[in-house]
Amino acid sequence: MIYPIKISKRDHLPRGKVLLIRTSAIVLSILFSGVILLFFGLNPIRIFGTIIEGALGSQMRIEQTIIRAIPLTVTSLGILVAFKMKFWNIGGEGQIMIGALFASFVALNFGDLPKPLLLLLMAIASMIGGGIWALIPAAFKAKMGTNETIFTLMMNYIAIKFITYLQFGPWRDPSAQGFPKIPNFSENGVLPALFGVHIGWVVAIVLVAAVYLFMNYTKKGYEISVVGASMDTARYAGMNIPSVIMTAMFISGGLCGLTGMIQASAIEKTLTYGLSANYGFTAIITTWLARLNAVAVLFVCIAFAVLLQGAAFIQSAMHVPSSVAGVVQGVILFFVLGSEFFLQYRVRLGKGSGLFVSAGKEA
Amino acid sequence: MTSFLAAAIIAATPLLFATLGELIAEKSGSLNLGVEGMMLMGAVIGFSAAYHTGNPVLALLGAFAAGALGALIFAVVTVTLQGNQVVTGLTLTIFGTGFSSFVGDKMIGQSVPKTVQSFFAKIDIPLLGDIPVIGPIFFRQDVFVYLGYLMVILFSIYLFKTRPGLNVRAVGENTAAADASGINITFYKYAHIIFGGGLCGLGGAYLAIVYVPMWQADVVNGRGWIAVALVIFAAWNPTKAFLGSFLFGALSILGMRMQSVNINISQYLLDIVQYVVMIVIVIISTHKNRKEDLPPGNLSESYFREDR
Repeated sequence: MIYPIKISKRDHLPRGKVLLIRTSAIVLSILFSGVILLFFGLNPIRIFGTIIEGALGSQMRIEQTIIRAIPLTVTSLGILVAFKMKFWNIGGEGQIMIGALFASFVALNFGDLPKPLLLLLMAIASMIGGGIWALIPAAFKAKMGTNETIFTLMMNYIAIKFITYLQFGPWRDPSAQGFPKIPNFSENGVLPALFGVHIGWVVAIVLVAAVYLFMNYTKKGYEISVVGASMDTARYAGMNIPSVIMTAMFISGGLCGLTGMIQASAIEKTLTYGLSANYGFTAIITTWLARLNAVAVLFVCIAFAVLLQGAAFIQSAMHVPSSVAGVVQGVILFFVLGSEFFLQYRVRLGKGSGLFVSAGKEA
Repeated sequence: MTSFLAAAIIAATPLLFATLGELIAEKSGSLNLGVEGMMLMGAVIGFSAAYHTGNPVLALLGAFAAGALGALIFAVVTVTLQGNQVVTGLTLTIFGTGFSSFVGDKMIGQSVPKTVQSFFAKIDIPLLGDIPVIGPIFFRQDVFVYLGYLMVILFSIYLFKTRPGLNVRAVGENTAAADASGINITFYKYAHIIFGGGLCGLGGAYLAIVYVPMWQADVVNGRGWIAVALVIFAAWNPTKAFLGSFLFGALSILGMRMQSVNINISQYLLDIVQYVVMIVIVIISTHKNRKEDLPPGNLSESYFREDR
C-alpha cells in the first residue's frame, strides 16, 4: 500500500504561518457550515447575512448582542482559570445557577437595602455560591484524585433540579396567579444601565483585565499554569498542589457564579431554572477558541454573541430554528481543533515527501 | 414491584446502549464525551426516518448511521488530527444538541406511525417469559430490549474471548506496545469509536421512538452523561454496564412511581438522587485498586508513532 503523504513533527512555525493556518480553519469551518445549510435547503449567504444584520443591524440589536456577550465573557473567564490547570470544569451551568440562587436569596430577603449595598452583597453572595459549588468537586480532585469531568457535570443537574424544585415549590410566588415563578426582585436588586446596556459590560471588561493580570503576573496565576502544564514539575517545585487546585476552582466557580447574579439581576429580575441558558457550555468553546487567553476571550465572546443574537433573529425573521447556532459553533470548533495538528506536524504530499512518489507522476 | 422493575428495564435500555457504545470506544483508548450529542443525532434521524417512512428497520439503520457519523467526526479530529479528546467530545455534544433541535424542529409533538409502534410492541418470549418474577421483568419486553441483552453477551465474548477483542484492549492499554506488535492502531480506534457512536445513536432513537414516543427537543435529557459515568461504574465490563443501567433506569423512574402510589415527595428532589448516587460512585471508583477495575492505561491520550 502506498501512502502519498508524509507526516513529520515541526520544529517551530513562523507567526505568519500560524495565523494563516488558524484563519483558514475558521474560513473553512464557515464554508462547511454553509454546505450543511445548503444540504437542508437553506441559502447560506442569506442566513449568514441575516445573522450579521440581526446582531449588528441597529443600535437596539447591537445592545442585545452586548447583553449576550456579557455572561459569555464572564463565564469564559471562569472556565479559563480551570482549563489553564487542565481541570475540566464543565460545571459552569451549575455554578451559574447556584450563584444566581445565592444572589436571589439576598435580593429576595434584603430588598430594602440601598441599591449599591444590595447589589454588592448580591455579587459577593453569588461568587461565594458558585465558588462553593466548584469547590466540592475540586476538593475531591485535590485530595483523592476524583475525575472532575463527571463530577462537575452531575453538579449541574443537581443545581438545576434544585432550583426547579424551589421555583415550583417553596419559593413560588403565590401572587403570580398559578404561574410557577419566583417573585421579582425589588427595584434595588436590578443592575443599572450605562449607555443603554446594563452595567454588567463594565464588570466584564474589568474582569478581562483582572484575569489577564492574575494569570500572567501573579504567583498564584503562575502556579495554576504550572500545575496545568505538569503536576510533576509543580510537585518538584514544592508547590502545594491541593491548595492551587482549590484556589483556582474557587475563582473559576466564583466567576461563573457572578454570571448568575448578573443574569438574575439584569435580565430575569428573578431566579428561573432556565437562567444559565447554556452559557456554561458555550463558554467551553469560546475559551478554547481563545486559546485560554483572557484578552482573546473578550473578542471571541463578542463574535459568538453575534452568532447567538443573529440566530435568535433568524428564528423570528426567517423561521429558521436558532439551534443553527449550535451547529455552526460545533463546526467552527471541530475545524479549529483539527487545525492544531497542522501547527504541530508538517504534512507533505506526493513529490515533496521524497519517500512515496508514485511511478505515474515521475513519468 | 414487578411492574416497576419491568419499567426500569425499559428506562435502562437507552442507557445500556449508550454505555456499551462509550465502553467500546474507551477500550480502544478514546474518551468520547460526545455521547449525549451522538444520542441526540441518532434520536432525531431515527425518529425522522420512522416518521417519514414508517419503516422501523430504516429508523434503526438511520439512528445507527447518525450516531456513527458523529463518532466519525470525533475520530477524524482526535485520532487522525490528534485534537484534545475532552474538548472534541464536548464539542460533539454541543454540535449534536444543535443538530437535533435544528433537524427536529418541524416534528415537535409528532409521534411515530402505527407500523413502527407495532414493531416495538412487547413480545412475550415462550418459556422464559413464563418464569415467575424474572419472566415478566426481563422477557416480556420489546425487540430493542432483547437486542440490548444480546449486545451485552456479544460484547463480553468479543472483548474477553476473541483475538480482535484482545487487540482492542491492547490498543487502549498500551498503544505503543500494541503498535509494535503489528496491530493497526488507526483502524482499531476508528472502528471502535464509530461502532460505539452507532450504539449511542440507537440508544437515543429508543428514547424518541419507543420510550417517549413523541418528538420533543432534548429528548435525551442528560442520559448521555449518565452513560459516560456508568462506564466508570461498570469498570469497563459489559455485564456490569447492564447492572448499572438497570440501577439507574430504576432510579430515574423512582419519582414517577412514588407519586403514583401517593408518596408526596417533589419529583425534582427525587431526580437529584440519581445524580448524587452517580457522584458517590465516581468517588468510590477512584479508590479501586484491583487491576481489572482500572481504566485503560492510555485512555484519552493521542498517539503519534514518532513521539515514542
